[in-house]
Amino acid sequence: MNNTKATFLALALVILTSFSSFASGGHDNHGEAEKFVPGDVIIHHVLDNHEIHIGNFHIPLPIILWDNGKLVGPFSSSNLSHGNSYLGYVMDHEKIYYADETGSKVILGYDEKTKEPIHSKPLDFSITKSVVGIFITSILMLLMFFAVSKGYKKRAGQAPKGIQSALEPLIVFVRDEVAKPSIGKKYEKFMPYLLTVFFFIWIANLLGLIPFIGGFNVTGNIAVALVLAFITFLITAFSGNKDYWLHIFWTPGVPVWLKATGLMILIEFIGFVSKPIVLTLRLFANITAGHIIILSFVSLIFIFNNMYGAGGGFGVSLVSVIFSIFMFCIELLVAFLQAYVFTLLSALYFGSAVEEHAHEH
Amino acid sequence: MELLTPNIGLVFWMSLAFLVVLFVLRKFAWSGIISALKEREDFIERSLKSAEEAKALMSSLKAENENLLAEARAEREAILKEAKEMKEKILADAKLTASEEGNRMIAAARGEIEKEKNQALSDIKKQVGEISLEIAERVIKKELSDKGAQEALVEKHLSAAQSN
Amino acid sequence: MELLTILLDGIAQMGAGIGAGIAVIGAGLGIGRIGGSALESMARQPEVSGDIRANMIVAAALVEGAAFFGIIVCLLIALAG
Repeated sequence: MNNTKATFLALALVILTSFSSFASGGHDNHGEAEKFVPGDVIIHHVLDNHEIHIGNFHIPLPIILWDNGKLVGPFSSSNLSHGNSYLGYVMDHEKIYYADETGSKVILGYDEKTKEPIHSKPLDFSITKSVVGIFITSILMLLMFFAVSKGYKKRAGQAPKGIQSALEPLIVFVRDEVAKPSIGKKYEKFMPYLLTVFFFIWIANLLGLIPFIGGFNVTGNIAVALVLAFITFLITAFSGNKDYWLHIFWTPGVPVWLKATGLMILIEFIGFVSKPIVLTLRLFANITAGHIIILSFVSLIFIFNNMYGAGGGFGVSLVSVIFSIFMFCIELLVAFLQAYVFTLLSALYFGSAVEEHAHEH
Repeated sequence: MELLTPNIGLVFWMSLAFLVVLFVLRKFAWSGIISALKEREDFIERSLKSAEEAKALMSSLKAENENLLAEARAEREAILKEAKEMKEKILADAKLTASEEGNRMIAAARGEIEKEKNQALSDIKKQVGEISLEIAERVIKKELSDKGAQEALVEKHLSAAQSN
Repeated sequence: MELLTILLDGIAQMGAGIGAGIAVIGAGLGIGRIGGSALESMARQPEVSGDIRANMIVAAALVEGAAFFGIIVCLLIALAG
C-alpha cells in the first residue's frame, strides 16, 4: 500500500518538475522561436544560471563583477534580463559582456579562423545558481554536523539519537571502509578532509536530484569538481613523504637509462598530474551525464509532441516518465557512489603519499 | 564547450565555501565526533571484555559451588551408608549373641534335665532294689520258717529240673 | 566550398559520435569483466566480499575515468565543430 503511494508520489513529482522546468526553460530561451531544440535546452539546464526557476517563478540572484581591479555590484540579475544593458554590461546566454551605448556587446575584433566576433568580459563573481547550491550544501553540512557533534557531547558514551544515529553509520563507513584500509596507520590526519569531501559531494549530488527547487547541478559543474580535486591534489603533494617523491623522480627498480633520460620522470609526472584531472572529470561527467539523461527522457515528450502532435507527446510521456523514474533511482545510487569513489580515490592518493615503503621491492 | 570551461567566479566561491566548511567542521565538529566515536567504541570494547571476564568468573564460581555441593552430597551419602552398615552390624551382632545365649541356655537346661532325670532314675532303681530285697527277705524268711514247705519247694524245683 | 565545410563538419560530428561509442564499448567491456570477476570471487569467498566490493568499485572507477577521457575528447570535437 505504502509502496504504491510512494510510486504515485514519485510519478507526480517527476511529471510536475519536468513540465514546470521545461516551461521556464522555454520561456527563458528569449521566446524568439517556438521551436524546441532539445540539445540547447538540456545544456542550458545543466549549465550555471544567474537566476533560479521554481516553477514559473524566477528568483533573480545578485551579480558581482570584478572589472579591472574594481568591484561592481552586487546588483540584481533582473536588471540584465531580456537582453537589457545595465551599468554598461549586458548578459547573453548567462555570460556577462561589456555593452556599448546601444546595449549590444562590445566587439574587440574577429577570430582569425572562424571569423566570429571576440567580446571582452569582466570577471564574473556572481552568486549564481551553483553558488547558491554550494552555500545551501555548506549551511546544511554545518547545521547537520554541529547537531551531530552536540549529540556526541550531550550523550557521551551513549547510544546515538536522531540525526546523530542517521549520520553515524556514514561517518564510521568513511573511517572504516575508506580511510583505514587505503591510508593505513596515519589515517586520522586525513579524516576531517575525507569526511568533509564525502558529505559535501553527497549532499550536493542529492541537492541536484531534488525536483522543484530549480535543478541545481553543483557537482556536475566542472569548476566545483575541479576545486575538490585540486584540494585533494594539494593535500597529496604536501603530505608526500620522501619515498613518494623518490618514486616519482627516481623510481626504484627501473633501468637507469630510463630514469636518466627523464622518460620515467615524465611518465610518473603525467600520472601525478592526471590524477586530479581524472578525479574532476569523473565527478563532473557522472553527475552531468545523469542530469542530461533524465532531461533527455523528458525532452522526448516534447520532441514527439512537435513531431506527432499532442497524442504523440502523451503516448511517449508514459514511457519517458517511467524511464525518468528509473534514472532517478540510479542517480540516487550514483550520488552516493560518486561521493564514495571520490573519497576513496582521494584516500588512496593520500595513502600512496604517506606510505612507508619496505625497501627494496 | 562552456560545459568544460570552469568559471572563475564559481571556482572562487567554491574554494571559499568548501575551505570554510572544512576548517570550521574540522575545528568544531569532526575532532569531537571522531574522538567521541573512538571513546565509545573503546568503552564498548572494555565493557564487553569485562562482561566476558565476569561471565568467566561466574562460571568458575558456579563450578566451585557445584563441586562443593557434590562433595557434601557424597559425604552425606557416605555417612548415611556407614550408619546403615553400623546398624545392620549391630543388629546382626545382637541377633547372633541372642541366639548363642539361647542355645547355651537351652543346652544347659537340657543337661540339667538329663542329670535330674538320671538321678531320679537311679534313685528309683535303688529304691526298687531295696524294696525287692526286703520283699525277698520277707518271703524267704516266711518260706524258711516252714519245713514242709521247704521240702515241697525243693521237690518242685527238682522235678522241674528233671523234666527238663 | 560551402558544401565541403558542411560535409567536413558532419564528418567531425560523426567521428565524435563514433568515438564516444567506442569509448563506451571499451568501458562497458572493462567494467563488465570487473563486475563478473568480482561476483565470481565473492561467490567463491563470501567472507571477503567487502574487500572485493571496494576494490571492484575502485577498478571500475579507474576504467570509467579512462572512458571519460575519450568521451570528453569527443565532446570537444563535437562542440568545436
